[in-house]
Amino acid sequence: MSAGRALLSATGINKRFGGVQALADVTFTIDHGEIYGLIGPNGAGKTSLFNVLTGIYTQDSGEFAFDGVTLAGLKPHEVAARGIARTFQNIRLFANLSALENVMIGRHVRTHAGVWGAISRNPRTRNEEKRIEKRAYELLEYVGIAPRADYLARHLAYGDQRRLEIARALATDPKLLALDEPAAGMNATETASLKRLLDDIRKDGTTILLIEHDMKLVMSVCDRVLVLDYGKKIAEGPAADVQKDPGVIAAYLGGEITLQAAAS
Amino acid sequence: MESLAALKRHPRAAWVGLLLVGIALAALPFALASIGTAWVRITNLALLFVLLSLGLNIVVGFAGLLDLGYIAFYAVGAYTYALLASPHFGLHLPFWVILPLGAAIACLFGVLLGAPTLKLRGDYLAIVTLGFGEIVRIFMNNLSQPVNITNGPQGITLIDPFRIGEMSFARTDAVLGLAFTGPIKYYYFLVLVVLVIIVINLRLQDSRIGRAWEAIREDEIAARAMGINTRNLKLLAFAMGASFGGVSGGIFAATQGFISPESFVLVESIMVLSMVVLGGMGNIWGVILGAILLSFVPEVLRYTVEPAQRALFGRMLIEPEVIRMLLFGLALVLMMLFRPAGILPSAVRKREFERKVARR
Repeated sequence: MSAGRALLSATGINKRFGGVQALADVTFTIDHGEIYGLIGPNGAGKTSLFNVLTGIYTQDSGEFAFDGVTLAGLKPHEVAARGIARTFQNIRLFANLSALENVMIGRHVRTHAGVWGAISRNPRTRNEEKRIEKRAYELLEYVGIAPRADYLARHLAYGDQRRLEIARALATDPKLLALDEPAAGMNATETASLKRLLDDIRKDGTTILLIEHDMKLVMSVCDRVLVLDYGKKIAEGPAADVQKDPGVIAAYLGGEITLQAAAS
Repeated sequence: MESLAALKRHPRAAWVGLLLVGIALAALPFALASIGTAWVRITNLALLFVLLSLGLNIVVGFAGLLDLGYIAFYAVGAYTYALLASPHFGLHLPFWVILPLGAAIACLFGVLLGAPTLKLRGDYLAIVTLGFGEIVRIFMNNLSQPVNITNGPQGITLIDPFRIGEMSFARTDAVLGLAFTGPIKYYYFLVLVVLVIIVINLRLQDSRIGRAWEAIREDEIAARAMGINTRNLKLLAFAMGASFGGVSGGIFAATQGFISPESFVLVESIMVLSMVVLGGMGNIWGVILGAILLSFVPEVLRYTVEPAQRALFGRMLIEPEVIRMLLFGLALVLMMLFRPAGILPSAVRKREFERKVARR
């Protein structure tokens, strides 16, 4: 593990949708092996940053370098192949496929069987299929939903769907796992076990970029936090420091509100 | 039911079952020929539609791309065969050269159609593919000037039958006292091709490629984020579907001996799509059932409607063709109401339809 060296560095990322500046000159670096939090009020540009990073949108200017190599011009599937996997804020599982199949699809990018392999079913393809299924099952065990491997994704409980999305993303063997509000809609118990899962993932060598509104989770699990507001970076640093930053408090609570006003 | 399931699990029972199906398939043309050679021809046409439906099923059923111009690939395959094995250009290449060539050319057309439509889905894709099908047909209709390539609306006649060595598929040969007529020979050839294509379909469906197609159909953005190259896989679906269409087109040209643009009109595309949808999108057995039903029922009607009306009313009131379209429309409406995922739906497709209905 090479903690301390930059895994992802973003330089001057700009993205505009019509009249809205979704991202304004956002610069940050994520180091190997850390859990990096990305927070900000609704509409601050967090998900836009994810979409630009994973190639779903193209930034107007600025550049991402991943493991020292630029991501410029890469399509989403190429970004995934480089080692960035993501989940979605509004869960996007393959709803009518089983949990196991969902994770097996995640192995696509690390496997090779083509049309000829599929049709001929040669030993190499059969072995690969076995390995895909085995690995997918292991990942379901890892996130704790293996007993429900045959359930359809859409029949899983909400918390399990979030876990399945993480398992599917892990199936692509990512170096950076980008999670978009994984704790949204979870109760306290589920959130606590999600925190343990995130710690395990980090311990096993995967760097995590985490968008999250649950401040307790962010503060307890993140090494460093980046705060966005109206597309601009307003603070960055260790979680405890950011929490005290007046600019951050203003962004979340509104600068005008005073104690008296709140009391009345 | 339980004993049937136990029987199914028994390996020897499976082989006996396969053997019985094999014997039935082998004996079928002679049984049909005893009723009339026309029925063998009708069966052959049904088998061609099975091939077409299985090809279209890859595009529509597996990858979820609505294609209303599929018959264009059938046309490309048929014209490839006709031009390379008829007096039109004086070329008489053997079928085992032309069929793969036809598949390859159709495959190229599949990519030609697929490439510009990659970003389209649903209705928009349907419109573009519909236009594509018409463009191909109109080209065939008009490519008689300034250089006569397709012979225009007159079509191409005297197309060579298949020949293996000295044996021509146009002649009757007696083997062991059985009369192997031309249609019977084509029947066996078609059954062979259908079996090969069924195996290809089954294996593709249950593979890394098949799963990727399912992922694209379920959620394209998530599929891309998971590292699936949606562009290549969609093109692959178009190309594979098209090449199956090309093969069936070649066989069609050889069995008929004559083709013209008339054979490749929009209604034919819709017919093949209906077979896929009626039978059960995405389920290979459902698609085969749909193709067989929709090709046989009209023929049965043709032979029953007229005598029935004469017996009832003393004269013919409604043409069989009208009744056919009436029943066809009724069948589709009833299907959409009661079994929207098809007669034999694929497990996944059935779930998709259930969800859509539940969401209303």
